[in-house]
Amino acid sequence: MNPQMVMHEAEYHRITGVCERLTREANAKVVFLVDKNGQLIAASGATNNIDTVSLASLTAGNIAATGGLAKLIGEKEFSILFHEGERDNLHISIVGQRVILVVLFDARSSLGLVRLRVKKASEELAAIFDELQQKATAPGANTLFAEITDEDIDNLFKE
Amino acid sequence: MSGEDAVSFINYPLREITCKIVYYGPGLCGKTTNLQYVYAKTNPAARGNMISLATETERTLFFDFLPLGLGEIRGFKTRFHLYTVPGQVFYDASRKLILKGVDGVVFVADSQEDRLDANLESAENLRINLAEQGYDLDRIPYVIQYNKRDLPNIVPSEELSRLLNTRGVPEFNAIAPTGVGVFDTLKAVAKQVLAEMKKGG
Repeated sequence: MNPQMVMHEAEYHRITGVCERLTREANAKVVFLVDKNGQLIAASGATNNIDTVSLASLTAGNIAATGGLAKLIGEKEFSILFHEGERDNLHISIVGQRVILVVLFDARSSLGLVRLRVKKASEELAAIFDELQQKATAPGANTLFAEITDEDIDNLFKE
Repeated sequence: MSGEDAVSFINYPLREITCKIVYYGPGLCGKTTNLQYVYAKTNPAARGNMISLATETERTLFFDFLPLGLGEIRGFKTRFHLYTVPGQVFYDASRKLILKGVDGVVFVADSQEDRLDANLESAENLRINLAEQGYDLDRIPYVIQYNKRDLPNIVPSEELSRLLNTRGVPEFNAIAPTGVGVFDTLKAVAKQVLAEMKKGG
């Protein structure tokens, strides 16, 4: 079976820290980090009015679809997508080929500023995810599931 | 974690486990209907919004998505992300994308006699597309549902089982619009996914 993605406390705080700083420095409304399978990893900014779970799933679908398009024309992937709306815009980029960074911004920021700040944040995030990957592949990295009993699983499905 | 082939997601800081389940099967077999029933019958606090990327005639164009919470195991919230694929043959590229990172598969078969070939073709397509992602249909958590049992001209479920369930996985008769078999199917696959994670952990 393929390895699981596992998020640990220390890395989570560093990742959230990078997202929060990016939100401030890019004058963004919200910053999201999503894995390529559509699961939300971190979010910062004004997330209250946004369905973050749906956003994560659709972003991953979007990246998957444009990735399929890229391959059809002989590109490896499209690493940056930009969606321009009447008020709000989405800047979507792939970090270290495995996670997706989404920046939601309006007229208080600009595409140039977002691109600049995303570039720096991406490098930091890629380094953190490299470390996470090393941890995940280390032997005995994940003991949570070894402790779960069949009874635990059955209990979940009791009426 | 290795991006494209990551399976499930364990988040220690948030104490959450997230798994991905994909409903597969031929066009119009009832994949979306399964999700719609689960959505309608689940406590709103335990589920998110359902997203359907469909055509104007309500055929699935890319996928349906329904996030669901199933309760806690050892203090960890278990979350299941349910996806459907578009069943129509020509959407194969989209189906492949949706299978990425899948933890468990539900095959929804259409019990009607004239859809028998479509079921077999879709099951074979599932095997090929899983293999492309590095999964083996004979090993992945897998449940089969024989849907539309209320319609006339249906194939006996024993016959469907003989043709589609060579592996002997859990199988359920279903009438998705009224919910018969829908939650049994979901529970069976969720249980297998968790058991598989336990084995791998």
